[in-house]
Amino acid sequence: MTKRLRNLFIPVIAVLLGILSGTLIMIVSGYDPIAGFTSLWYGAFGDLYYTGEVIRQVTPYILSGLAVAFAFRVGLFNIGVEGQLIVGWLAAVWIGVAFELPKVIHLPLAILTAAVAGAIWAFIPGLLKAKFRVHEVIVTIMMNYIALHITNYIIRTVLSEKSDKTKTIFESASLRSPFLEGLTDYSRLHWGILISLACAFTMWFLLEKTTIGYELRSVGFNHHASQYAGMNVNRNIILSMIISGAFAGLAGAMEGLGTFGYAAVKGGFTGVGFDGIAVALLGGNTAVGVIFSALLFGALKVGALNMPLESGIPNELVDIIIALIVFFVASSYMIRWIIDRFNNKGVK
Amino acid sequence: MDYVIEMLNIRKEFPGIVANDNITLQVRKGEIHALLGENGAGKSTLMNVLFGLYQPEQGEIRVKGKPVKITNPNIANDLGIGMVHQHFMLVDTFTVTENIILGKEITSKGKIDIKKAEQEVRKISDRYGLAVDPKAKISDISVGMQQRVEILKTLYRGADILIFDEPTAVLTPQEIKELIQIMKTLIAEGKSIILITHKLKEIMEVCDRVTVIRKGKGIGTLNVKDTNPNELASIMVGREVVFKTEKKPSVPKQEVLEIINLVVNDSRGVPVVNGLNLTVHAGEIVGIAGVDGNGQTELIEAITGLRKSESGTIKLNGKEIQNMSPRKITEAGVGHIPQDRHKHGLVLDFPIGENMVLQTYHKKPFSKNGILNFKEIYRKARTLISEFDVRTPSEYTLARALSGGNQQKAIIGREVDRDPDLLIAAQPTRGLDVGAIEFIHKRLIEQRDNGKAVLLISFELDEIINVSDRIAVIYEGKIIAIVDPKETTEQELGLLMAGSKRKEAGVGTND
Repeated sequence: MTKRLRNLFIPVIAVLLGILSGTLIMIVSGYDPIAGFTSLWYGAFGDLYYTGEVIRQVTPYILSGLAVAFAFRVGLFNIGVEGQLIVGWLAAVWIGVAFELPKVIHLPLAILTAAVAGAIWAFIPGLLKAKFRVHEVIVTIMMNYIALHITNYIIRTVLSEKSDKTKTIFESASLRSPFLEGLTDYSRLHWGILISLACAFTMWFLLEKTTIGYELRSVGFNHHASQYAGMNVNRNIILSMIISGAFAGLAGAMEGLGTFGYAAVKGGFTGVGFDGIAVALLGGNTAVGVIFSALLFGALKVGALNMPLESGIPNELVDIIIALIVFFVASSYMIRWIIDRFNNKGVK
Repeated sequence: MDYVIEMLNIRKEFPGIVANDNITLQVRKGEIHALLGENGAGKSTLMNVLFGLYQPEQGEIRVKGKPVKITNPNIANDLGIGMVHQHFMLVDTFTVTENIILGKEITSKGKIDIKKAEQEVRKISDRYGLAVDPKAKISDISVGMQQRVEILKTLYRGADILIFDEPTAVLTPQEIKELIQIMKTLIAEGKSIILITHKLKEIMEVCDRVTVIRKGKGIGTLNVKDTNPNELASIMVGREVVFKTEKKPSVPKQEVLEIINLVVNDSRGVPVVNGLNLTVHAGEIVGIAGVDGNGQTELIEAITGLRKSESGTIKLNGKEIQNMSPRKITEAGVGHIPQDRHKHGLVLDFPIGENMVLQTYHKKPFSKNGILNFKEIYRKARTLISEFDVRTPSEYTLARALSGGNQQKAIIGREVDRDPDLLIAAQPTRGLDVGAIEFIHKRLIEQRDNGKAVLLISFELDEIINVSDRIAVIYEGKIIAIVDPKETTEQELGLLMAGSKRKEAGVGTND
């Protein structure tokens, strides 16, 4: 089996295994798996409204997946996408409510601010890693909590008067699109999907076609050899975190400027940033792969909402089934290993 | 005659390639039997067949006269076959004893009886003269000691037939001597040894018989007494091999590298290069001879900008370069063939083509305005691949997939092609076979003949004497002697490397 074919094959098997075990669980707990999965499918693609909602959900997933994947390609594990996303969300909304400007200035400014905010949030762990070899996983996890509580504080005190959400952003900063909403039976689909796809292209182009990407990939594979070849390893570590954080910040902007139009006090994390880890891993840390795996995660997330309604499967069970699919997907390493063993037996 | 191991007419195929084609290997009891062949000749495949990792398509294996089927390494172990791997299979954070008993633990009531295990290990190590501290951690002991642990592992499992896979590749000359002694003790204790190697000197020194394979075919078995290194080399490579690399006398010109009073600390802050002075001229090869750990690595790292110099100056073509960034130094005209080609020389997960521009990717024609030009990159790669005889399926093949010799040729191609005024070659032929060594030596001499300066660092005295125009002996961070390779001997160099002062400073070599 060629490498390319194998890389394609593994996620497909993973998803099938997830569906299979979901089926078993439904049978064991006395529900009809066919009805269950039919309602899952219908909830994702059975209706234009649902499809619109899936694409809306896919939008931030692509960006958070790209954020994780980008750092990963340079050998860094950015667990802080969640925090960078929250910071980006708030920054975008802040710009959205603070000024009223012409749309051509206001919207790009809000989006850009979100990217910068996410980038700054990721720069800190990047700097600590480069200068003092502090492990980025620890720092980014802590930065997530700092982000959560600081943004909550700002929403409560600066952006509102002890309310638990901000005002709605001005129309001039919104990604909302009556056209797309109309097209999809009034879902919350917004223009953000185009930004996500553009970012996926940017990541591919940056990594594969530019000298910056060459350096980043080289450092990711072997930072010793990169250093010997005259590359500045520390600069590349920081740069990769900044770009990764910018993607994460944009994911936040999608929620703030597109889906919701405001920022609200959060009791916990959104999960979009953490799901980004699974999206990136399933997508093989490539731009194209991230798009497809974000589509899967988005469809599962939105489609699952329909399962209790249509087939009577309780929410908790739906969560377990979704989690199982994700589990098998995330353990694609195991599948890879098994395939390799079969191959070795056959070939060697 | 009693054979402990007979591998008769073994054939092993991989898709598109016959790795072993009708090879016969017969090992007598109590002998050291060498298995000689170039890199990629099929030695490891044959041994993996014997060790049960591969199944042969044809042929028969007999152990102590009985036909056997070895389908996995456990069966090989049960038959008394043990393998000392080239890349050690040890758990760094475990102690010597823990590593040795791993998988075959001595237990009492479900707990590992570490005391008893240690006694057992000590007993075996005393018997075979393998001095090693059973309580030491693997990460704290030297490579030579780690190898002893590997040997002890096989003995602990009751092996009578030991396979040594290129055991000397990672050892210092002193450690090699000790290993040879160990092998002789093992034989005296009734063990039999198969030694996989491409080092002819070792075969002549310790082996009784030698089986040669070339390109997957068994060429034959000879008595070591009846042959000589030249004959073995030509049988192995399939043509005449020139050992003494032919070279014209050197014509040194201006100073290219000038090091004055250099002090460099190692990672612990100890000054391991301590007031070193050295000059390398255009048109000459200066070889640095010394026992590992006398500051060679830190010296190279300081010259190439990878490590900070504490004091002193390094001048390249008259300009000071100490403590400049590696890129600036590279672009000032320094090429570097690193000692560890996997860690420092190549990005193994890049295609070989992309590895060819590791220092030059940001320059025209390989990129423009930050956009890579893959057409030019791969065109350059194709040129270098053919010019330096890098055997690879294509320029898109990952560097990881190439053999060591071809990886090294690729690095040398890349470095030489940048046409540096100073080429630093650290252990450039480590682990390579005679064919590749010959090629690399020729290239180094060619650089010299083109009026470039070459600094060669090697632990192989043969190589130093053979290739250098001047030899600088490094000891405790200083150059303590400069000798003429034509007038010196390995004995003299050995003494100097051990720190003994020459009786007459300057001239005269025969003490």
